[in-house]
This record gives sequence, structure tokens and C-alpha cells, in this order.
Amino acid sequence: MSSSTNELLQKPIVVINLGLKSFADSLKEQQVEVVQVDWVPPAGGDQEVIDLLDQLL
Amino acid sequence: MASGVVVRRNQYYDSVFLMGVSKRISDIQGVQQNAVLMGSESNKELLASLGLRDTQIDAAQPNDLLVAVIGDAQAIVSDVLGRLDEFLAGGVQPSATSNPHTLEDGLEQRPDANLAVISVPGEFAAREARKALEAGLNVLLFSDHVSIEDELALKQSATEKNLLVMGPGCGTALINGVGLAFANVVRKGSIGVVAAAGTGLQEFTSQIHNAGLGISNAIGTGGNDPSDLIGGLTTFSALAALEQDPQTKIIAVISKPPGAKMVQKLIERFRTCKKPVVGCFLGTAAASPATSEGFHRAATIDDAVNLAIDLSGSKVGSIEMPSEIQDWVTREKTGWAPEQKYLRGLFAGGTFCYQSQQILQSSGLPVYSNAPLDKNFQLADPNRSRGHTLIDMGTDEYTVGRPHPMIDATLRKQRILAESNDPQVAVVLLDLILGYNASMDPVGELMDALAAARQNAKKRGGRLTIVASVCGTDSDPQDLGLQVKLLRQAGVYVFQTNAQAASFCAALLN
Repeated sequence: MSSSTNELLQKPIVVINLGLKSFADSLKEQQVEVVQVDWVPPAGGDQEVIDLLDQLL
Repeated sequence: MASGVVVRRNQYYDSVFLMGVSKRISDIQGVQQNAVLMGSESNKELLASLGLRDTQIDAAQPNDLLVAVIGDAQAIVSDVLGRLDEFLAGGVQPSATSNPHTLEDGLEQRPDANLAVISVPGEFAAREARKALEAGLNVLLFSDHVSIEDELALKQSATEKNLLVMGPGCGTALINGVGLAFANVVRKGSIGVVAAAGTGLQEFTSQIHNAGLGISNAIGTGGNDPSDLIGGLTTFSALAALEQDPQTKIIAVISKPPGAKMVQKLIERFRTCKKPVVGCFLGTAAASPATSEGFHRAATIDDAVNLAIDLSGSKVGSIEMPSEIQDWVTREKTGWAPEQKYLRGLFAGGTFCYQSQQILQSSGLPVYSNAPLDKNFQLADPNRSRGHTLIDMGTDEYTVGRPHPMIDATLRKQRILAESNDPQVAVVLLDLILGYNASMDPVGELMDALAAARQNAKKRGGRLTIVASVCGTDSDPQDLGLQVKLLRQAGVYVFQTNAQAASFCAALLN
């Protein structure tokens, strides 16, 4: 899963798209391998809970 | 007038989907305003500014859906809110498949991924970008409203890991022939780009394509990258990558003026680069031919394109102003009423607003803006033009909770009409931007407003001159030829580039 910048520019890109689905759609149109992540705010969007979770992990 | 609000707990949709829902609601007769948003703090403030505030809105969380409607009568408001599911279902259906919901789950599906494209709300974006870097992914961070401290930390981490963070606020990139986010369809070639100016990247790459050449990679950095605070971390990483990239023979760097320390560091880097570098720092004075500086300095994006074409050794033609300019100036000016003397520019592209100010000011015209080159020309109220005014309609005041003007022309249409009601306005300058994810018919959306605006000036015995540039290629999903043809049929002076359109305006007004 690791990649460097040079590999990015020279190899086919494989994308994880977090958020706007239209961005994944336009990549698929270009025959790019893409995983659409239907992102939702973690912990219901409660920033304090997110910070706590990040400290625990 | 009546209003109503519905809050739906734990019902999350992305902003483009919600804007589509909002547009469908706004088409209902009797609806004056509506907002369809997630319950973030900035969105709650937006509702408060519309006079909508109550305890259920205050209690909403970022994953709660807020729908607010202001209508002519309570019956209309109740009807719309009662039919909310219908409006939600009328859009692109939320995915029924089992797409993953987290970056980690996404990576399980594609452990070979090498790039994360992140467009989640700004307050969550840095966290996701951090996780992506930790997983070894390069990042295109489309989200804005990421703090400068987070940006610096992300870019320092990326530099250590030999990864790229494009953004925050990176709207476009072309990586190995693939257009990301708002990119044009551009053939592959040997010219590499690093750009801290999103529509600058689109204009440069489109013009290179239109000239018959191609792009190896075009890397967006986000607008803050050349600041002294960030120190160009992504710019320098991108330059190093393009220097090593065997496809890239020439490198162009396009930016608004970098910080004072950064200019020197960049120029030093250009000098040591093994490949020829074209440097375009918009807003800075055109300097001497740059051979003495060790790189090729361009004052405008057009200059940068022409220098890159020259350096390529190709025989393709450079960008040149049409020869009929003086005839067009004479024709238009004879139609103006005596009081018509001002230009109003309404831009979807921030770089185009910026470059137009640079061109007009260097021709001696003072220009006011909501995003001025010089703070002395800051508009007190972005909605009230003054003298020559250029408005960047992609700034927060026009885009928080609303679609960007590259996607939806509603606010720009309203502003065109408002400007046409000012008898002192002689010229309206526009940019139209094609490419992936942009409006499929940006010209068609504006046609009614352009016709009405011209009619307004005509009724007063004058003539409204409309000038536009179209940023795009013949391979874009929109039909470039048709878009240009429609504009010309509407009597608009259409130029291949923003720099040409702004130069024509300078000729009209000087």
C-alpha cells in the first residue's frame, strides 16, 4: 500500500475517494480504479468524542 | 411570508447532492429561499443569517440534515417540507450498494491504492488526510477551511514520507493523464505543471492541449502553499518529482505572488533544476527576459503557455490576440451612452479574477474587488460594485452552503442583471469553465440573463458590451465549439483565454 510521489506520477493511479461521489464518477469515466467511500462524520460529528477516540487508537 | 425547518437526525449526504435537492425545491412556485444543509456550525450560522434559528437547529450535529424553506405562504412551506422525501429521492440516489464508509474500509478493498481524494467538510478533512498519509497514500485535499496549522503539519508529515499533499483547497490536478476533480480533458505530453492557482492550472493545461501539445503531470498545491508560513513544501516536492519524471521535459510553475522569502527560494530552485522552468508569479511586475535569472519568467498564463511552446521546440502556433481588436473597440464604444464607463467582471475562477486585475491595473485602470491585489481596492460590500469592479464569485461569501459558480450559475445570473441596471456600466467580463465536474452547459445557463442585461442597456439608449473567455478543450465533456458558438450568437466577444479577454477590456476602457 505504500507509494512514493514518483510512483504516483508514473504508475496508473488507484484512488480512494472520500466524499463527493461525482469525483469518483468522473474517474470511472476515465477507466481509473476507484473506491467510493460514502463518508459520514465519525462519532456523529461530535468533535470531543472524535478527539477522545483518536487518543484511544 | 412564512418559514419552516425540518431536522433529520443521522441522515448524511454530500454537498453536491444537497445542492441538487435545494435547486429542485427552489424551482417550486412560491418558494423564496431554501437551504438544504448538514448541521455544521458554519451552516447553522448561514441559517441564522437568513433569520432561521431555533432550538432544534442549535442542537443539530454535522451528520443531521437541515432543510429550511422560506415561502410566500405557510401552505407552500408545509407542502415542500411534507414532500421532502420526494425531493431527496429526485436526485442521484444515495448509493444502494455497500460502499465502504471509512478510509480504512476503502483500503481493505484496494490495498494497492496510491491516492486519496478527500472532499469531506473542512472540519473533518485534516483528520482524514492524516490517516491517508499514515496509510502511505498521496492526498488530493479538495476540502477547504482546513487550518494553516493543520496544513503545515500535514505537509511536513508528507515530506518526511516522500508523499504529496495537494491542497487544502486543491480543485484540480492531472496525474499521469488522469483528470482529478475540476480538470479539463488534456492529452498527455512532456510539459509538467506545479500550480498554486486552480483555474490557472486549468487554463495553462487547456491551452497547451489546444496548441497541440500535452501535459505529463499537473500538480495542484493549494493556494497557501507558496506562503512563507507553509514555505512551498508541496511546491518543492512536486518540482523534485517532475524533475525526476522521465515523461516531463519542461516544468511550468504558476502561482499568485509567493511570500517574499519564497520568491527567492523558488528562483534558486528553478536555477538548479535540471529541466527548463517557466515561472509565472501572477500579480508581480513583468520582469526582464529571464535568461539572466536562470529561468523563464512569464507575467501571465498566456506568456507561460507561449514560453513552454517555445521551449518544446515544437512548431505549433502560440497564443495571439485576434487582429480585429481595434475595429471591435471602435464598434462597441460608438454604441455606448455618454454615462457608460465602467467594467464589471464576474468570475467563477479565482485566478481569472486575479489575473484580470493584474492586466487592467497595469494598463492604468484602478480596479476594485472582493479579492483585490491591493487592500486599498477592497470593496466594502462585495455585493455593491464601485467604479471598475471584478468579483471572484468562488469566495466564501458566495459559496458557503451554495454551489460554486462553476457548477451553478444562479448567483452570477442575478449579479449580471444587477450590474446591467447600473447605467454607468459599459462592459461585463465573464469566464466560462469547462471540464470534469463543472456545469454541463455553463453558457446555456447564462443566456437568458445575458439577453436581459443587454436589453436593459438598450432601453436606456446604450449598449452593453459583454466579453468572455472559455477555459476548456475540444475533448471536455461539454461541447467547447457549441459553447463558443452560443456566446457569439448572443453578441458576446469570446476569447480563447482570460488574459486576452482582460486585455480587450483594457483596450475598450482606456
